[in-house]
Amino acid sequence: MTLIKKLAVATAFMTAMAAPAFAQYSGPPIKLGVLSDMSGLYADLSGPGSVIAAKLAIEDFGAAAKGMKVDVIGGDHQNKADVGASIARQWYDQDGVDVILDVPNSAVALAVSDITKEKNKIFLNSGAATSDLTGPKCTPNTIHWAYDTWMLANGTGKALVKQGGDSWFFLTADYAFGYALERDTMEVVKKEGGKVVGNVRVPLNNQDFSSFLLQAQASKAKVIGLANAGGDTTNSIKGAAEFGITQAGQKLAGLLVDVNDVHGLGLQVAQGLTFTDAWYWDLNDDTRKFAARFSALNGGKYPGKIHAGVYSSVIHYLKAVEAVKSKADGAAVEKKMKELPTDDTVFGKGEVRQDGRKTHPVYLVEVKKPSESKKPWDYYKILTTIPANEAFRPLKEGNCPLVN
Amino acid sequence: MSAQPVSHSVSSPASGGSSLLPFVVLAACLIIGPSLIYPVFLMKALCFAMFACAFNILLGFTGLLSFGHAAFLGMASYSSAHAAKVWGLTPELAIAFGTLVAMALGTVIGMLTIRSRGIYFANITLAFAQMVFFFCLQAKFTGGEDGIQSVPRGSLFGLISLKSDMAMYVFVAVVFFITFLMIYRIIHSPFGQVLRAVRENEARAISLGYKVEQYKLAAFILSATLTGLAGSIKALVFQLASLTDVTWQMSGEVVLMTLLGGVGTIFGPAVGAFVIVSMENYLAELGSWVLVVQGAIFVLCVMTFRRGIVGTANYYWNKRQQG
Repeated sequence: MTLIKKLAVATAFMTAMAAPAFAQYSGPPIKLGVLSDMSGLYADLSGPGSVIAAKLAIEDFGAAAKGMKVDVIGGDHQNKADVGASIARQWYDQDGVDVILDVPNSAVALAVSDITKEKNKIFLNSGAATSDLTGPKCTPNTIHWAYDTWMLANGTGKALVKQGGDSWFFLTADYAFGYALERDTMEVVKKEGGKVVGNVRVPLNNQDFSSFLLQAQASKAKVIGLANAGGDTTNSIKGAAEFGITQAGQKLAGLLVDVNDVHGLGLQVAQGLTFTDAWYWDLNDDTRKFAARFSALNGGKYPGKIHAGVYSSVIHYLKAVEAVKSKADGAAVEKKMKELPTDDTVFGKGEVRQDGRKTHPVYLVEVKKPSESKKPWDYYKILTTIPANEAFRPLKEGNCPLVN
Repeated sequence: MSAQPVSHSVSSPASGGSSLLPFVVLAACLIIGPSLIYPVFLMKALCFAMFACAFNILLGFTGLLSFGHAAFLGMASYSSAHAAKVWGLTPELAIAFGTLVAMALGTVIGMLTIRSRGIYFANITLAFAQMVFFFCLQAKFTGGEDGIQSVPRGSLFGLISLKSDMAMYVFVAVVFFITFLMIYRIIHSPFGQVLRAVRENEARAISLGYKVEQYKLAAFILSATLTGLAGSIKALVFQLASLTDVTWQMSGEVVLMTLLGGVGTIFGPAVGAFVIVSMENYLAELGSWVLVVQGAIFVLCVMTFRRGIVGTANYYWNKRQQG
C-alpha cells in the first residue's frame, strides 16, 4: 500500500512540475517501456524493480524541472520471444514508446533488438546476458548495459586463476548457453595458465546434482565452475553445500549469479561461492543511498546489477536526448550516447563503445560467511576490482559489423 | 467427451442455409479487423486460432486428447524459419516445408501412439513432445535458448513483398479462412462423420466395419499438419522461432483455448484462442496476475459452462429455436 501511495504521490508531483519551462528539449513527451519478466524466474532480478529504477532515474535527472515529460510503462514478456516481440512492435507502432529497457532472456532481447533497428528506436538492454548483442548481432540502435556472458566468463576465469585456482572442473548445462559459458571460461583459464581437469554435461532443469558433484569432488580440481543458470545454479549450490564441498577447500565458481540469488539461497548455503558481478549496492555512499531509496519502494528487496543498469541507462539516454534536442531519430540519439561519456551516481564514470557495449569496472566477489554479515543484504566480499578496459570483450574481437 | 447438443446442431441438414451466415460474419470480421485492432496482434491470434482449430479435429471430433501438439507447432516453426533464413526459400515454400515436416512427424508419432487411449494417449504424446523439445534445445540449427532470429518474411511467390504488416495480415487472413473452410468441409464429409462415430462409440464403429485405427491415424496426421501450418506462419509473422513453441506449456495452452471456446464446435477453438491471446496481450501489465486470471476463468468455465463459450451459446440458441 505504501509503495502505491508513494508512487502516486511521486507521479502527481511530477505531473504538477511538468509545466513547460525554458528547456533545451521541448519536444513531445518521452515514453520508456520496461519489457521484462514480471512474474517468472527473472522477476526478482529485474521485473517490477526495473520499473522503479527507471522512475528513480527520471526523478534524479530532474526531468520535470527541465520541462521534459517522461512516462514509464511496464510489460510482461513471460519469457516468450513471440509475446515479447509483439509487445515491442505494438509499443513502437501504436503506443509511442521511444525506448525499450531491461529485457531479461536472450531470445526475447535478440528479437527486440531486430525490431528496434527496423523501427529506428532505441533498445537499452541490461537484463539479457548474451554477448552476441554487441557481437555479430550488434545494431546502431542497441546498447548493452551492466553485464554479458563474455564478461562473466572472463572475469571469473581470469581472476580465480590469478588467485591460485589453476585447475578447473566444469558442471555444464547441456545446451547452447551452457556450452558457450563453458567454452568462454575454458579459454580464459587456459590462457592464464590454468588447466581443465574434466567436465560433465548435466541435463537442463536437473534437480539432483549429487552424482555430478561427487565427480567434481573426486577430480580434486581447485575450482568447480558452474556453467549453468537460474534454478540449475541454485540447485547445484545447494547440493555442494550438502556435500560440504567449499568447506573442504574446493572453490565453487558461479558464472551467472545475482545478488538476489544469494538472498534466496541464504548465506549458510551460498557462503564461499565466488563469481563476477557488474555492480553491488554496498560500493560507496552513492550506491548505498540508491539502494536505500530503491528498497523502500521495492518491498525491502535491494537492487541488483540489472536494476542499476536500467537506472544508469535511462539517465544517459535522457542526457543524450537533451543534447540532440529531439527523440525522433533513434540512431542519432544513440550516436550521441556513444559520444558523451556516461556519468551517474550509481555506475560512476564509463563510456559506450562503438559496438554498443557500455563499459565500467566489474567485481570478483565471494559470498560472506553468515558470521561476517553485519547488516541486511551484506553478502559480498569484494576480492578484486577488474578495470573497465579488461572487464569486457575487446572491441576488435566481437565481430560486430559496426566496428572496422 | 460427449457434446451431443453441439453435434446435433451442426449436422442437421436443415440448417444448411443459415450455416452460411457465420462464415460471412467471419469474413467480414477478418476484413474490418485490422482497421480496429493492431494487425500484428490479429495475426498472432489467427495463428493460435488455426492451431486450436487443428487441435479440435482431434479432441473435439475424434475424442483424442493429445498433450503433445506443441511438438508439431514448434518443429514446423523451426523448419520454416530455417528454410526461409538459411536456404532463402520464398515464404510459401518455407511454409510448405514446415507443414510437411509437421506432417511427417505427425505420421511417425501418430503411428506409434494411436493404439493407446485416454490418459495413456495423453501421456505418450506428451513424452514424444518432450523428446522433440530436447531435440530442439540441443540441435545446432535451432540456436538453443536464442532461437532462430531475424527470419526474413520475403516475397510471396517471389513477387509480393510481405514486409509490411498489412500485406502479411492479408496473407495470414486468407490462409486462415481457407483452412477454416477446409476444416469445416472435412468435419461434414463422410470421413468426418466416421470420426464422430468413433468418438461417440468406438466399439460400434468397429462393428459397423470401419477400420477405426486408420481413421484415427488420419485425423491425427491431419491435425498435426494443420498445426504445422499454423506454426510455420507464426515463424514468419514474428520473424523468429523459439523454444516457447515446443514447451509443454504450449500443449497445455491449446487445450485451454479449445475447452474455453467450446470443444467440438466449429468456431469455439478460434474464439477461445482469441480470448486467451487477448488476455496475454492486454493484461500483460498485470504481471503475474495474468496467470491467476487465466486460472480463474478456466475454473469458472469448467464449473459453470462446460460447453465453452460457443458451445453454451449454441445450446441456448437451439433451446430457444425449439421452445
